[in-house]
Amino acid sequence: MGISSKDSGPGGIRSALGPFGLWIAAALVLAVMPTIFSSPVSVTIMNQMGISIVFALSYNMLLGQGGMLSFGHAVYFGLGGFLSVHVMNYVEYDGWPIPLPILPFIGGLFGLVFAIIIGSFSTRRAGTVFAMISLGVGELIAACSIIFVVFFGGEEGVSGDRTMGPPVFGTEFLKEIEVYYLTAVIVFVAAALMYLFSLTPAGRMANAVRDNPERAEFVGYSQRQVRFISFCASGFFAGIAGGLFAINYEILTEENLNLVTSGWVLLMAYIGGIGFFIGPIIGAILLTLLQTVLSNHTELWLLYVGLLFVLTVMFVPSGLTGLIMMHEPALRTGRLPNLARPYLVAGIPLLVALAGGVAVLEMLHHFNNAPVGDTVAHVFGMAVDTHNPANWAVAIAVTVFGAYATVRATPQVREAWSEANDFSGKAEDR
Amino acid sequence: MELVIFSLLNGLVTGLLLFMLSSGLTLIFSMMGVLNFAHASFYMLGAYFAYTISGYMGFWGGLIFAPLLVGVVGALIQRYGLRYVHRWGHVAELVFTFGLAFLIEEVVQFFWGKATKDYHEPELLDFPLFTLFGQSFPAYKAFMILISIGIFIALLAMLTRTRVGLIIQAAITHPNTVANLGHNVPLVFMGVFGVGSALAGLAGVIAGPALGTFPGMAFVLGSIVFVVIVVGGLGSLAGAFVASLLIGWLQTFAISLDYSMTDLLNLLGISFDDEHVLRDLWTLSLPQVAPILPYLLLILILIFRPTGLMGKRET
Amino acid sequence: MSTPALSLEDVRKDFGETQIIRGVSLEIGAGERHAIIGPNGAGKSTLFHLISGKYSKTAGRIRLNGEDVTTLEPYAIARRGLSRSFQITNIFPRMTVFENLRCGLLWSMGFKYAFWKLVGRQKNLTQRTEEILEMIGLADRRDIQAGVLTYAEQRTLEIGITIAGGANVIMLDEPTAGMSASETDQTVELIRRVTEGKTLVMVEHDMGVVFDLADRISVLVYGEIIATGKPEEIRNNKAVQEAYLGEAPEEEPPADGGTV
Repeated sequence: MGISSKDSGPGGIRSALGPFGLWIAAALVLAVMPTIFSSPVSVTIMNQMGISIVFALSYNMLLGQGGMLSFGHAVYFGLGGFLSVHVMNYVEYDGWPIPLPILPFIGGLFGLVFAIIIGSFSTRRAGTVFAMISLGVGELIAACSIIFVVFFGGEEGVSGDRTMGPPVFGTEFLKEIEVYYLTAVIVFVAAALMYLFSLTPAGRMANAVRDNPERAEFVGYSQRQVRFISFCASGFFAGIAGGLFAINYEILTEENLNLVTSGWVLLMAYIGGIGFFIGPIIGAILLTLLQTVLSNHTELWLLYVGLLFVLTVMFVPSGLTGLIMMHEPALRTGRLPNLARPYLVAGIPLLVALAGGVAVLEMLHHFNNAPVGDTVAHVFGMAVDTHNPANWAVAIAVTVFGAYATVRATPQVREAWSEANDFSGKAEDR
Repeated sequence: MELVIFSLLNGLVTGLLLFMLSSGLTLIFSMMGVLNFAHASFYMLGAYFAYTISGYMGFWGGLIFAPLLVGVVGALIQRYGLRYVHRWGHVAELVFTFGLAFLIEEVVQFFWGKATKDYHEPELLDFPLFTLFGQSFPAYKAFMILISIGIFIALLAMLTRTRVGLIIQAAITHPNTVANLGHNVPLVFMGVFGVGSALAGLAGVIAGPALGTFPGMAFVLGSIVFVVIVVGGLGSLAGAFVASLLIGWLQTFAISLDYSMTDLLNLLGISFDDEHVLRDLWTLSLPQVAPILPYLLLILILIFRPTGLMGKRET
Repeated sequence: MSTPALSLEDVRKDFGETQIIRGVSLEIGAGERHAIIGPNGAGKSTLFHLISGKYSKTAGRIRLNGEDVTTLEPYAIARRGLSRSFQITNIFPRMTVFENLRCGLLWSMGFKYAFWKLVGRQKNLTQRTEEILEMIGLADRRDIQAGVLTYAEQRTLEIGITIAGGANVIMLDEPTAGMSASETDQTVELIRRVTEGKTLVMVEHDMGVVFDLADRISVLVYGEIIATGKPEEIRNNKAVQEAYLGEAPEEEPPADGGTV
């Protein structure tokens, strides 16, 4: 990986646009998105993506930047959100003059406070012990949320109304699109701040402690202190994400604190790629799409996500971003097109095999669970009779054939790959 | 009085169950340095396999074959999954086992559905063992206690008195030396992982009828097992035993002792406003707090005795 | 006599039943170049770990510039002016050479845990890092990921990180291990340059290096120092010769062709 790269800090493709180019492009994309995808559903999905991006980036401050695996990160997200909803209610019923855009910041502060308290004893150890502690603390707080009804609202959670605050530049945030622009601004600022953090002494030493805690100590840094600071910072930004969630959905429940949410953010960061700053962003976007769009087309979407996750951990631990970045040397030396044909030859059968596999699973699921008399499953938009053995034969055959063709094509891909990455000889290629 | 006896017995059932799970986990952790997040998932698989098998062979068939099946599944996962992921490092291993837990839950839901399964104890054991002051103690729970203790004695004997057991003990601390002596250490690892998983599966087989057989059962018990491990001290079997019983009794007594802060405050002559902001605290009752007691214990241990009750030095 | 830079008073270390360090007492003066030699398994690296704070001491005291540092954590000892390298190269493999050195400088230049300053914008930090880069001769490897450097380059980088923070007591654990003759000569020159005016404590197996650099030598055998003194005294010491069991100290002529 990375033979030579200037400023290889948090990672990122060296673009011709220069250091700020990527950020300007991102800002433009954020501004323009709603005009391209203008349906209310799309805007809702984009808002969800924004929240997930901040949440996943905050998580990666721990995992990717600091090497700390946490199973309880939802705590800071949820607590920030709960406080934000309560503030919304104070604004509504007691007339507190707090404009809505301030809310995420308040959520962030609350997350920070709890990160300081919990970090004081949980960052003493790293690695497996830290992970177990985070799990225990997460479960503790999730369980407490059922008990302390005043703050957590019990089973129904706490809800509020975002439109009751003082108007900001004339809007009362009645429309989803107004919420989008607020979210977009906050997401941009939060992401920028988190990126800048990684370039500070605290952030650089977080990387150092992650890679070689012993060495970091011998250059004068207490690994415990470094971890603690990363922990607090990530709690702050998770709280901001929680505040954004409160603004968007106007309700927080125990679900937002529990292991499911904590696990989900781990999935987003890991599938996206924890070794790159942009990784969690990609993971958040992808998983939000799967959660919102895919879930409409199949009941098995979580199973597919689970499979994707396990396969990623096993075979592509650097995540989607890592997979893309692996092509950078080939891109720079102009050898990328050489990979196109082998990828097609192996990729198409692979897609066919996957399609077949999905068909089998969907049919099986329908067969097992549909009420008596309902024999028609909907697979890829087609109506399929699950009681007809011919359909089963076709699905299985397609899967097997696709898998076989993929395996046959793999040596080709391997050969093309090693050729594209062979830098031992020809210097004139550079 | 009867409350104490029943709570002691019920707590013993829970504690022994926890130990059955945490002992396998500890053994695997000591040997391979991997904390298997999916360990509780094997517990769940045990219950579900037993449910299905018992449909054809009765409860006893499930009792024998389900743990074996789970052990095989565990060994295969170790051989083809965990061993492969090992090259990506410790964090990746832990994340892999987490993903596995997630995936197994989805797969269970795929094959068995989301509803709780009607997996119940055999008729042979479906009677009250004894009755004290109107409350009866089911024979099935006594059966659970007996099986747990029996398995532990068998395991202890195997570990300390057989050749295989000695090899395992050695491989835990000095895998390279054992390999140099000609033993197939990867096979030992796979075997231990398989046995550990089978143990978890067995716990599921006997707990399923008592605690319920549903897809969420792994995550519910899983977190508590990890608390047990940390409280007892990572890598310590004795610590896991003590912590399991401690937490089992702690929870059981808390649930059955229906006292609350209100009682305490009334005793002191203090009363409070029903709409007070902190009313949750004032009305806190022991049964309410029972689910979070293990986690509170975890935090206390972490603050005052971070290596656990009987912890060894960090690996 | 002025305060010794480093003093060990009857330091002991047991691992369970085994006594690894059995009462080591040593005083190293400020500005002295001191080598610790001894057969394999004598406990040289353990002694280093004890001094730098990685291991706790079973008994005894260690003083750095007069201050008792026996129970301090490694980072606290590092902050008080003691820096060390490792027998097995210990750098930050994912960072570039430049970033590695910069990390070595951060604390000593007062940046601490600041999260409101960007390292890229600190001119004095960048300048100092470039200086050290020049000093250790790795300027042309500035932006290469440390993990892909050659072995000798990594060892050099390690020395660079060790001296970057301006510590006045430098401990080097087998700095020339695994190097060819020419690499060794270059490293010796580097060490001589960068430890100018500082106290150097060195574990070494290469006797040529030892006799080239050291003002005084201590011989550690089975956790005890059996002799301390100037190089000539040590060479002629019967006990030392016996301890090496016929392993005569290497008669490698020094690089400049003169006699030792």
